[in-house]
Amino acid sequence: MISGQYPALLVIVPLLAACLIALAGWLKPVLCFPLAATGLLGAVWSAVGLLLRVAGEGPILYRLGGWPPPVGIAYAVDHLTVLVLVVVASVALVNLVASRATIEREQVHRRGPFYALYVLSVTGLLGIVVTGDAFNLYVLLEIAALSGYALIAMGSPRAPLASLNYLFMGTIGATFYLLGVGILYIQTGTLNMADLALRLAPLHGSPALLVAFLVIIVGLWLKMAFYPLHGWLPGAYTYAPSAASSLMAPLTTKVMIYVMIRLILSVFTPAYAFGVLKLEGLVVWLASAAIVAGAVMALAQRDLKKMLTYLIVAEVGYMVGGVWLGTKTGLTGAILHLINDAAMTLTLFLAAANLVFRTKSRRIEDLKGSFARMPWTMTGLAAAGLAVIGVPPFCGFFSKWYLLQAALEAGQYQFLAALLLSSLISAVLFFRLFEAALFEPAGGKPGHGRGRREEGMAEAPPSMVIPLLVAAASLVAMGLATRLIVQGFILPALSGGPGGLS
Amino acid sequence: MEPLVSIRPLLAVLVSLAAVPVLVSARNRNVREGWTFLAAVAKLVLVASLLPPVLAGREVVYTLVQVLPGIAIAFKVDPLGLLFALVSSSLWIVTSAFSIGYMRGLNEHSQTRYYAFFAVALSATIGVAFSANLFTLYLFYEVLSLATYPLVVHHQDGEAKLGGRKYLTYILGTSIGLVLPAMVVCYLLSGTLDFQPQGFIAGTVGPLGGTLLVLAFVFGFAKAGVMPFHAWLPAAMIAPTPVSALLHAVAVVKVGAFSILRVLTGVLGTGWLARMDLGLVVAWIASFTIIVSSLIALSQDGLKRRLAFSTIGQLSYIILGAALLSPRGLTGAFSHIAMHAFGKITLFMCAGAIFVATGKTHISQMAGLGRRMPLTFLAFLAGSLSVIGLPPCGGFISKWNLLLGTLEASSPALMVVLLSSSFLNACYFLPVVFRAFFHPPFDRACQGPVAEAPPWALVPPVLTGLASVALFFYPRPFLDLARMAATTLGGG
Repeated sequence: MISGQYPALLVIVPLLAACLIALAGWLKPVLCFPLAATGLLGAVWSAVGLLLRVAGEGPILYRLGGWPPPVGIAYAVDHLTVLVLVVVASVALVNLVASRATIEREQVHRRGPFYALYVLSVTGLLGIVVTGDAFNLYVLLEIAALSGYALIAMGSPRAPLASLNYLFMGTIGATFYLLGVGILYIQTGTLNMADLALRLAPLHGSPALLVAFLVIIVGLWLKMAFYPLHGWLPGAYTYAPSAASSLMAPLTTKVMIYVMIRLILSVFTPAYAFGVLKLEGLVVWLASAAIVAGAVMALAQRDLKKMLTYLIVAEVGYMVGGVWLGTKTGLTGAILHLINDAAMTLTLFLAAANLVFRTKSRRIEDLKGSFARMPWTMTGLAAAGLAVIGVPPFCGFFSKWYLLQAALEAGQYQFLAALLLSSLISAVLFFRLFEAALFEPAGGKPGHGRGRREEGMAEAPPSMVIPLLVAAASLVAMGLATRLIVQGFILPALSGGPGGLS
Repeated sequence: MEPLVSIRPLLAVLVSLAAVPVLVSARNRNVREGWTFLAAVAKLVLVASLLPPVLAGREVVYTLVQVLPGIAIAFKVDPLGLLFALVSSSLWIVTSAFSIGYMRGLNEHSQTRYYAFFAVALSATIGVAFSANLFTLYLFYEVLSLATYPLVVHHQDGEAKLGGRKYLTYILGTSIGLVLPAMVVCYLLSGTLDFQPQGFIAGTVGPLGGTLLVLAFVFGFAKAGVMPFHAWLPAAMIAPTPVSALLHAVAVVKVGAFSILRVLTGVLGTGWLARMDLGLVVAWIASFTIIVSSLIALSQDGLKRRLAFSTIGQLSYIILGAALLSPRGLTGAFSHIAMHAFGKITLFMCAGAIFVATGKTHISQMAGLGRRMPLTFLAFLAGSLSVIGLPPCGGFISKWNLLLGTLEASSPALMVVLLSSSFLNACYFLPVVFRAFFHPPFDRACQGPVAEAPPWALVPPVLTGLASVALFFYPRPFLDLARMAATTLGGG
C-alpha cells in the first residue's frame, strides 16, 4: 500500500526529481520547473498524508528497506516530525511557485542546476526532519548545506564570498555535530536515536556524554546562527538570489532548531539536558542577548533584506530561549514559534523578493510610495510585519504568548523583558517601512489638499503575488488554529517519548 | 437569566469591515460615501436591535473560535458594552456626514484610504465594546491602534508623521510593554481571561502584585490618556478634524477608558479593589490627570489642542468614577462615556466647521466670529455646557452622579477635585463663546453677514449639540444601561 511508504516517498520523490531536473537542464530546460513542482508536490502530499496518519494512529516507526534498527536506518515519525515536515514541504513548494519569475530572469542559463539544487536542498531538509538515525542526519545535513552553499553563490556579485564564509562556518558546525555523534557511538555502539536514548540513561554522570552534548549543541547553534555565532547568516541571505534566500531563511535555521529539540527530547532526554546539566540560566541569558542584539542590529540596517536577516537572528533567540526554559510551556512556545516563524519569514522574504523584482533595489529608502505602486505586495509585507510584532490574530502573537507565559512561570524575567523589547523594536522597524511606503510618494510633494492622486501601479506578476498572499493568509489561519496545533500535535509530541515532560 | 446566543454582535462588528472592499473599489465618490452611510446605518440598527434583550436583563453571547485553551475570540453584550457601542455607532453616522462636508470642502487627498480605515476603526471599536474576555478586547484594541495610524498621518507631511510616530510609540509601547505582560500574568494566575461581574483574580495575588497589575492596566491602556501617557493625544490632533472628532474624542480615547473600566470591574473586580484599597490609588492618579490637564487646557490657544487637553481630563473623570467603586460613582462613570461623547464631538465638529469656513485654528483669531457663524457657536456653547456639566445639558447628569459617588465613597477631597475641575472647564470653554459673540472682530474674516460652513459640515454639530441638550431631559436609554451595569458590576 502506498500510504505505508510515505516516509520513504517523502525523500525519494524529490531526490529523483532533483536528478531528473539536472538531466532536463541539459536536454530540455523548459521541463525543469514542472519537474521541480511535481517533486515538491509529491513531498507535500506525503507530508500531509503522514500528518493525517499520525494524527489518527499516533507515532510511526518506519524501517528503510525493511532492515531492523541497529543495522538499518529507521525513520521515526511522531507528532512533532509531521508538523515540521508539512511546514518544510509547503514552504518549499509555495516559494518555488513564487520564485519562478525571478529564477527565469536571474538564472537564465543555469535553470537546470538551480532547480536541481533547490529540490536537493529541500530533500536534505525533509530527510533531516524525518530520520531517526544520528549519522544519517549528518549526511542529510551536508546534502542540504552543500546544495545551499551553491544556491547562495548564484546570487549577486558579493554572493560567492558570503557563501564561502557560510561554507566555513557551516562546515565547522557540521563537524562539531559529527564529533559529538562519534563520541556517542564510542560510548554506546549505536547511532539509532531511540537506541541511543536507552543506552545513554546510565551514563548521565559521564564527562564523555557531557562533551558530546556540548559539542553537538554548539555545532547546531553555529548552523542555526544563534547569537553570537550568527556572523555568516546576514551576508549569505542578503546576497543570495531571492529564490534561495526565501527558501533558506524560513527553513534552514528552523530545521536546525528542530534537530536541537529532537535530540533533547528523544536522545539526551529533557531529564539530562535540563535536570542534570542545569545550563538553563546561562542559555536563557544568551538567548535574551540574542533577541536584543538581533533586534538592535536590524534597526541599524538600511538594506531591507539585511534587516530581515537580523530579525531571524532575534527569532532564533526566541526559540532557543523557549527550549531552554526547560518547561512544557517553553517547549510548546518554541515549537509553535518554529512553525509560525517559518511562515512569517517566508512571507517577509517573498514580499522582499517582489519589491526587489520591481524596484531592483534592496534599500529601505527606495520603498517610498510602494503601497500605491504595489498594494498587494505591501499588504503581504504588512501582514508579516504585524505577525512579527505580535499583533493578534496573527500567528506571531500566539507563540509569543506561550513564550511569555513560560518565561513568567520559570521566573526568567530577563527573557520576558527581551521578548517585549524585541516586539517594540520590531514595531519601530516595520512602521518605519510602512511610513515610507504609505506616506512618501515616490515622486513629487505630498498631496495635501490636492484632491485625488493617482499613481501608476507596478505590481509584481500574479505568479509572485498570489503565493505571497497565500502565505500571508496562512499567518492568520495558523494564528486561529493555535489551539488545534498545540493540542493536536505539540502536546502529544512533548508528553510521549522517553523523556516526557510533566 | 439564560444568555441569548446570537450572531448579531459579530455582525455588528463586521458590518463596517465588510464595507471596506466595496469602499475601496468604488470608482465614484458618491457611491463610496453611500456605502459608508449604509454600513453606518446597518451598524446602528444591529447594535440597537440588541437593546431589547439587554434591557430585559439578558446578555447576548457569541463565541467565534477557541484560539487557546481557555481563551476564545468571543463576544458578550452586557449593558456597559451596549452603552458604549450605541454611543459609537450613532456618532459614526453623524461623523460620516461631517466627513463628507469636511473632506470635500477642503478637497482632501486619499479620501478612499481615509474612509476605509475609518470603517476598520469603527469595527474595532464595536469589537472592544462587545468583547467577552480580555484577549478579545486586546485584539480589537490593537486593531484600532493600527487602523487609526493612517488616519492620524493623513496629511503625510513632516508634522503629521511625527504625530503618527508619537501616537504609535505611546499606544503600541504601552499595550505591548504593560498590558500584554499583565494579561499573561492574569491568565497564569487564574487560567481564564473571561470577564466576570466580580472579576476573576481575587484571592490569587497579594497586595504588591495586585498594585502592579492595576498600575500596568491603568497606564497600559494609554488610549485613556492617563498622565504621564497622555502626550500622544495633542500630537494626534494633526489628523483631519472628523478623525479627531470621532476617534480622539469618542472612539479611540473612550476605548481606552472603556478598557480600563472593563478591567477594573471584569478582571480585578470592584470588591477585590475595595478590599485592597486600590480604588483610592486609581482615583488619585485620575485626579492628578484631571487637574493638571485642565490647567494646561487653560493655556492653549489652538482650539483643537485645548479640546485635546480637555478630553484628557474628562477621560479621567470616567476612570475616577469607576475607582470610587460605589454604585453611584460607577453610574456616573458609565453615563459620562455617553454624555461626554456627545458634548465633545460637538465641540470638535464646531472646530472643524470653523476651519472649513474660515481656515482659523486659534482661539485668539475667533473674536467676533460668533456673529458670523451663530449656529456653530451656539452648538459650541451646548457642547461646552455639557462637558462642564451644567444644566440643561447631558453632562450634568453624569457629573451629578459622580459627585454623589464621591459622597458615597465618603471622600470629600475627590469631590473638591471634581468641582474645581468643573470650574476650570468653565474657565477654558466659556471665554471662547464669549469672545466670539461679544468681542470686536479679530479681522475681516470675522465680519460681514452670516456665513456658516457648508450644510454637510454645519448640520452634524448642530444635531449633536441639540442631542447634548436633549440628553438632559431624556437620558434614557444611556442612563438605564449605566444603572444596570453599575448594579451588576458594583454589587460586591
